[in-house]
This record gives sequence, C-alpha cells and structure tokens, in this order.
Amino acid sequence: MPVSNIEERAKKAREKKAVYGIDLNLDSYESEAKSYGIIDEAEDLPEDVKKAALDVGVKLDNQTSGAYVQMDQTPVHTKSLFEGVEVLDTRTALKRYDNLQDYMWKLVAPDADKYVADVAQSLPAGYFVRAKKGMKTVFPVKSCLYLGSTNLNQRVHNIIIAEEGSELHIITGCTTPAHVQRGLHIGVSEFFIKKGAHVSFTMIHSWGKDVDVRPRTGIIIEEGGSLSNNYICLKPVKTLQMFPTATLAGVGAVASFNTVIYSSTGNIDFGSNIILAAPETSAESISRVVSVGGEVIARGRMTGKVPGARAHLECVGLLLSEKGRIYSIPELDGQSKDLDMSHEAAVGRISEEELEYLMARGLTQEQATSVIVRGFLDVEIKGLPEELKQQIKNITQREDLKGA
Amino acid sequence: MLEIKDLFVSIGAKMVLRNVNLRIGSGETHVLFGPNGTGKTTLLNAIAGIPRYIVESGNIIFKGEDITQMTMDERARLGIGMAFQRPPALRGLKLKDLIKIINPNADTVSILNKMDFQQFGDREVNRGFSGGEVKRSEMVQLLAQQPGFVMLDEPDSGVDLENIKLIGEAINQLTQKNIRPKQRTKSGIIITHFGHILEYTKTDRAHVMLDGSIVCSGNPSEILDQIKKSGYEGCVACLCPT
Repeated sequence: MPVSNIEERAKKAREKKAVYGIDLNLDSYESEAKSYGIIDEAEDLPEDVKKAALDVGVKLDNQTSGAYVQMDQTPVHTKSLFEGVEVLDTRTALKRYDNLQDYMWKLVAPDADKYVADVAQSLPAGYFVRAKKGMKTVFPVKSCLYLGSTNLNQRVHNIIIAEEGSELHIITGCTTPAHVQRGLHIGVSEFFIKKGAHVSFTMIHSWGKDVDVRPRTGIIIEEGGSLSNNYICLKPVKTLQMFPTATLAGVGAVASFNTVIYSSTGNIDFGSNIILAAPETSAESISRVVSVGGEVIARGRMTGKVPGARAHLECVGLLLSEKGRIYSIPELDGQSKDLDMSHEAAVGRISEEELEYLMARGLTQEQATSVIVRGFLDVEIKGLPEELKQQIKNITQREDLKGA
Repeated sequence: MLEIKDLFVSIGAKMVLRNVNLRIGSGETHVLFGPNGTGKTTLLNAIAGIPRYIVESGNIIFKGEDITQMTMDERARLGIGMAFQRPPALRGLKLKDLIKIINPNADTVSILNKMDFQQFGDREVNRGFSGGEVKRSEMVQLLAQQPGFVMLDEPDSGVDLENIKLIGEAINQLTQKNIRPKQRTKSGIIITHFGHILEYTKTDRAHVMLDGSIVCSGNPSEILDQIKKSGYEGCVACLCPT
C-alpha cells in the first residue's frame, strides 16, 4: 500500500471508535517520548528494565535466538543470535527491505479504528522478526516492550514473517514499572505464516493499574502452517481491548489460541476472531479467566467458510468475588456444509466438592482455593517446546497468586 | 480414639442420622455395614466435618477432644483421614504435586510404587481415572497424609482382584496391622457392601446401620455371614433382637 494512501486513510479514521472496548481520549496522553541510547549488550540494560523483563518471562540468556527491547519509543537493543532468525527494529527493516511495504498494513487496516490510525500516522517503532526459509530453532526470540514514562502513548508496529518451512518461537513481555501512574500502549502486529511454517507466539502482559492497552493483531496462515498463540495477563490493567484476527488461508492450516487472565480491577475485553477459509483447517481457542474484581468480557468468534473445517471454542471463567463480572460471548458462524464447530462456555465458582476434598487432606480453605485456582489457570498448551511450556507454567504458578 | 455420642445429623431439611453412638478404641479397625442410603457415608462425612452435614445434636470426640465444631482442615490436621467414595477430579493438579502439598516430607516415589501407581504421578488427580484407579489414588494420598484415624468409604468398589490386594495392604499399613494389636495406636473404619476388602485386612468389630442408626454391633465375620444369609434386617433380627 503506498505510504500516502496509508496516511490518508489513517487521517480519516482519527476519531473512529473501536468496535469493542472503552473509548479513550488519545489527546490525553503524551505523544513525544524522550529518546534513549542504543545498548549493544543485554547485560548493560538498566537494572529496572532487566528486572521488569524477567517478571514477564523475558530472560535474555544464551537460549535466545533473537532479542528486542524497546524503552518507550526507542528500540534500545536489537539482536539476531541465530543465523536462521533475523531481528530488526521496524524502522531499520523498512529501510533495508523495499518490499516490506507490501507487508505493512496488509493484515491490519490503517483505518480500522483510531488506535491503529494513531500508530499509522506516527514514526514506527516495534520489531521485525523473520524466520528464514526452512530454518528452525527451539530457542525463542525474546522481546520486551517497556513503557517507562508516565502518561506516554507508546506505539508499536511489529511485523513477523515465518518463511516457508520455518519454525519460530517468540516471547513478548510488555510491562510498566511501578512508578508509571498512567499510560497507553498501542501495539499493531502482523503475522505472515507461510507454507508449512510453525510459529508460537507467547505474550505476557504486566501493566500498571492505570494503563490502557490496545493490541491490534492480524494473522495469515498459509497451507500446512500453524500458530500457537498464548496470552497471559495476571496483573491489573485499567482497560485492555483486543480481538486478534487470524485467517487460515491455506489447506490444513492450524491455529490455537490459549488465554489466561487473572482479573482484579479494570476492564478487560479480549477474544480471538478466527476465519477458517480453506479446506482441512482447524482452530481451537481456549480461555481461562479468574476474576476477583473488575470486568472481563471474553469473546470468541469462529467463522467456518469451507467444508471440512473444524473449530472449537472454550471460555471458562471462575468468579471468586461479588465485585467481579465475567461476560462470555462465544460466537460460531458456519457458512458451509460439513463443518465441525463447537463451543463450551462456563462461568462459575470454585466447586465446593473440590475445596472440601483438599481440606479433608489438611489444606486450609485459602490454600485449597489457591491450589484449585492455579490448576484452573494451568492450560495445557500444545505445540510448544518443553522449555517454553515450563517458563509459562512458572509464570502462572507464581507466588503472587497465592492470595487468590 | 473416636467417640460418637447421641449424634443427629441433617442434610438440607432431612434428618439422616438419628442418635448414633459409636466408640472406636485406639488400634481398632471397625467395619460398617448397611443398605444403600441408610446414612453410612453421612456418618463418615459428618466425622470429617463437611459443612453440608449439619450436626443437630450430639458430639464427636476425637483423642479426647470435642471436634464437633471444628473445620474440616482442623480435623484433618488432628489426624482424621478419609478415602472418598466418589472423589472429584482436580484440573491442573498432578498427583505427585498433591502428595507434596499434603506432606512435604512424603516419599512420593515409594508411595506410588507401593500402589503400583508410578505412571499416575504426572496425571491430574483423578482425571480420567477408572473406578479402581480412583481408589488407589485415594490410598496414595492417605499414605502421604498418615492419619491417626482413617475412614474408608467403599475402598473395594470397582477394584479388580489384583488391586484389591494392594488396597488391603495399604489399609493394613495405615491401621498398623503389621504390628501386634497391643502396640497399635492407629484406628479406622471401613464401609463395604460385599466385604471383599475384609479378605485382605482384619477388622475388630462390625456395626450395622439401618435408617440412620447403628442397630447392631458384633464380630465382623459373624455379622457379614448373617447379612449374606438373611439380609441386613434379618441379620439384625437374628444377632441383635430387641
């Protein structure tokens, strides 16, 4: 898409409200961010950034195929550590590859809503990750998006390309330090998963309780390709709204979305929108929500367009407090014969029977509740290397959930 | 060890146990017979302290202490253990992790080996287990918990002949049948319908419950024989005529 065309469309969408979520006034955030110097070595990152990154599962060690750290609007640390994986900041990538313009804004429309339009009108930060043809690594690319200044509007545009036959794993941790009182993060991500490529993308959010978050994601999966998308948010956030769209465009493409949310305050409106547009495609979306407060809207939409597509949607919520609300909206849209689509949605409390069973073994009510909640959040995630599974498990089993 | 005095227990609006009196001495294992729906499980659940089981009057005394008002976990920590008849499955919790939660010092490997249950350590507790596997899972947990008083609600139902022997051995360990009667300090009570488990573990005394009351007590094999011959009521009429 020509740049002028993008800007024009974005300009027209400046006031366009999003379909879902609480509307935000973009003028109430700072657009100008202070800039930081480039940091060549991960160990030279500021201590508070390193610590925040660790808290969201981003450990920049020797089991890393590529690294990207963005502080506010500055990509401070970008590195490719495996010959099969290229990691650049988006701006540099645009300079290096003329044809990247063919990818930008292909899966997320620049005028989708005012948040996307805002990113389209600004200088892009964010990462470009490309797994080269046929190259495979179990070590993930690790990225940390750090929002370190109060009131800032952090804008990110990520492009992920998994070339034919490649295998790529990405962990992205997005976080704010405790001193950031208020802020906005808008993250546009476009995923191109080509023929026979396998991608896992794990995003861990840990925001402040006055931070607003608007991820905007588009995904296309070609023939025989697969995506395992995992999202974990266990810390408070003011408002978060996302509805990533994945199109299974090639024969046999597979998508699996796993979401784990622990809500204590604020408004979280999340879900996934999966379009099964080719034969023999299959999709699964599983979410687990535990609420002790705040409002969670759990959406899920599956559209079956061709015969033989299989889709399953599962939203299960545990409501542990009078102060919380879980609103589950599963949608199945069958547009062809011979589809196999199903959903399961449940919102409830902890089973008394399970609680009593554990208490009969000597656990206090609090301990038993905590054990059940942790078990509930322990989603079996398919298609991930063991190390990554363990890392995700460690995050969902953390001590700070003890008081659940 | 355990004394039940004039116990009345209701569930919802229904009085299920009526004037139950029972005394189980230190080192003794008793067996409780009775038809379905007569209140046997209710008695065990009331002793365990499940809140839905309301003690309307009477007392439960354990090791000389009145535990009638204690919470379930307090009772468990005092040494009351229970193998549930139909326990729930626990999502996301591995059996080996539960063993460590129950008792951080437990020797998980040897406990699982003992019940020939090694391959279940990494499985979620009771999820997708067969009837017999559930019973072994219960025994594994009790072996970790090491209660002073163990309640076994139909430990033999749905269990095949090979595994019933393993369960019998676990009960013998829990109730110290491997040492002399006088040295035993642990006690237990077993509910069984067909008495299969009694072929693998020795009990000291049997009781028959009808309509929420214990109406007959005596020698376990004598009572079981009589029940097999003439039914529960016939047994009571013959052995404990009023």
